[in-house]
Amino acid sequence: MRHLLSAGDLSRDDAHLILDTAEEMRSLADRPIKKLPALRGRTVVNLFFEDSTRTRISFEAAAKRLSADVINFSAKGSSVSKGESLKDTALTLQAMGADGVVCRHGSSGAPHLLATSGWLNGSVVNAGDGTHEHPTQALLDAFTMRRHLGSLEGRRITIVGDVLHSRVARSNVLLLSTLGADVTVVAPPTLLPVDMTSWPCATSYDLDATLPKSDAVMMLRVQRERMGEAFFPSAREYTRRYGLDVHRMAQLPDEAIVLHPGPMNRGMEISAEVADSTRSVIVEQVTNGVAIRMAVLYLLLSGTNETTNEEPVA
Amino acid sequence: MTAYLITGAKIVGGEVADILLDNGEIVAVGTNLDSPQDTETIDATGLIALPGLVDLHTHLREPGREDAETVLTGTRAAAVGGFTAVFAMANTDPCADTAGVVEQVWRLGRESGYADVFPIGAVTVGRQGTQLAELGAMADSAARVRVFSDDGDCVWDAALMRRALEYVKAFGGVIAQHAQEPRLTKGAQMNEGALSGVLGLTGWPSVAEESIIARDILLNAHVGSKLHICHLSTKGSVEIVRAAKNRGLEVTAEVTPHHLLLTEDLAASYNPVYKVNPPLRTKADVEAVREGLADGTIDIVATDHAPHPVEDKDCEWSAAAFGMTGLETALSVVQHSMIDTGLMTWADLADRMSYRPAAIGQIGDHGRPLEAGTPANLTLVDPAAQRTVVPAESTSLSRNTPFEGMTLPGRVVATFLRGTPTVLDGLAVLEGKAAK
Repeated sequence: MRHLLSAGDLSRDDAHLILDTAEEMRSLADRPIKKLPALRGRTVVNLFFEDSTRTRISFEAAAKRLSADVINFSAKGSSVSKGESLKDTALTLQAMGADGVVCRHGSSGAPHLLATSGWLNGSVVNAGDGTHEHPTQALLDAFTMRRHLGSLEGRRITIVGDVLHSRVARSNVLLLSTLGADVTVVAPPTLLPVDMTSWPCATSYDLDATLPKSDAVMMLRVQRERMGEAFFPSAREYTRRYGLDVHRMAQLPDEAIVLHPGPMNRGMEISAEVADSTRSVIVEQVTNGVAIRMAVLYLLLSGTNETTNEEPVA
Repeated sequence: MTAYLITGAKIVGGEVADILLDNGEIVAVGTNLDSPQDTETIDATGLIALPGLVDLHTHLREPGREDAETVLTGTRAAAVGGFTAVFAMANTDPCADTAGVVEQVWRLGRESGYADVFPIGAVTVGRQGTQLAELGAMADSAARVRVFSDDGDCVWDAALMRRALEYVKAFGGVIAQHAQEPRLTKGAQMNEGALSGVLGLTGWPSVAEESIIARDILLNAHVGSKLHICHLSTKGSVEIVRAAKNRGLEVTAEVTPHHLLLTEDLAASYNPVYKVNPPLRTKADVEAVREGLADGTIDIVATDHAPHPVEDKDCEWSAAAFGMTGLETALSVVQHSMIDTGLMTWADLADRMSYRPAAIGQIGDHGRPLEAGTPANLTLVDPAAQRTVVPAESTSLSRNTPFEGMTLPGRVVATFLRGTPTVLDGLAVLEGKAAK
């Protein structure tokens, strides 16, 4: 594995290797000294074209715990408004000797472009691109679910919300199906892509019918501004039909857990009681995010590429 | 003026014959022709003689974006592609919405010498879609504009579209519609379907094109004017136009070479060279537009040649400009997708790429059969040649061809504009000399 661009690029073995490596990284969190020397002398650049403090500090913590040097490059806005092109930014990072580039970008495919353009030699990690993918989020979600549910083979996982615009949903559907889970996405029809025939999941418009058959339910953030584009009539109606409150949560099987990638709109897609309930693993997701990102950076940058036979380019 | 004797060419739709050009006209077509002294002979054995191609949809970018293309470089690229006439779209900067701007473009075309340039006037002021531009002034100008289009944007307001269609009846104008319902295509990046959902690129649904085409055909039937549909791209659009023509309704339509050959799958590379408006569609759509072109539902091929400087394509998909170059590859792409597949003959190609576009654009000196007494606008094509498309070799100032690396059939060997060669041995020339 040279880059991590799409959860769909991971084989089941790749995914298990990352998850197993993350378990080892996770155990580090319970030790007094939370640092490994694995990436000493390597430089990781966090290249963030969108504001995302949560994801950026998660990658930053992960890289630092592996003893990498971390440079945060915050370039808000598109290349057009900023005045410098993505290409020039990439060439700058290359000139500075970035071994790994963690890229968050508002344009779907931007990390793919960085990885394939020849502008830089380092490994590219997609930290969320437009409405395309967010593979490390899916990995940390799978990791969190695996810790609670064991193997995900045959597990019923329900993803609820704005699937159309969600990079989290895309990556999760791809990864969870690779891991053998039965995935169902639930949303109003307006918030599903018009043709999902190629997606390895089931779809439903009915949350209440799906919840009793769910081992885990993941609530996606829904942006209020979607109302202005007529995706749904009002926040209240969305909450009534697709929000997870305690009454709905009671329909879940006993062991089922509730996830949310954050940041939450409490009272919109998830009620405060649910977010703070014992079923909620939302805070744990954040902790696990650091472990997953450590595992990804370690596997991409430590020089021992066990996940594929592809040799890293010098 | 030098006379030219073209020997042994297969006259499209006819026999192998010699063609004598003198004083800007085809003097004779036949064998054993008497040629004047100092006639230059061009051996055209194995070549097909076609009437000079006519492109109803070209972006020459001048004035305003001379870094992408100029009238000179664009017409030179046109000549290399076998064209003798191009219609220059109005989305320049300043916009071609006044007699002054269309006359400027028209004059630059005359100065270029490579192809006749017929400016298209904007339908609305600044192509803003709110107020009719002075269509009559453009029609009465030296540029004699007959085709009007807000191309790049749709004339979305139904009342304004109706008035535009009605108004141009006074001087026999035609409204060329860029059919794109704007509210259905807000932020659209690629064809809407299974792939757009996976790639996370905002979809451009077929219905956004089809609904406008259907509406405009009905509006035009109501007012009895001339409607032309730009770059029709979907199976549904073909069906709507076919049904309209079967009912006897007046409409003409064009398809681009890229929509005859390429499909949306290319977007999976996130390489913005494949970003175009309307977007590349599915295999079923490609088959439908080919069929529509073959059976005459779609009247013409038009390139929508849209040159862009490197930096506007060397970036992330959503930041990139829409559009592809096409003048230099159009003939090869049409041969590959329509003739070599058995869907059309070379005579059909002459019809779709010369006679009919000239008729829609109402230009008398182009799109005429190769007969004695007609203006000597013609091109010689080697149908047996194969070539691999190399962007750096383009005559156009821009390099954004989506056909890079593809091996395509056919090569334009020579082009004549009113008896003067603009291309010889496949290279642009001017007044018999190699162009700089």
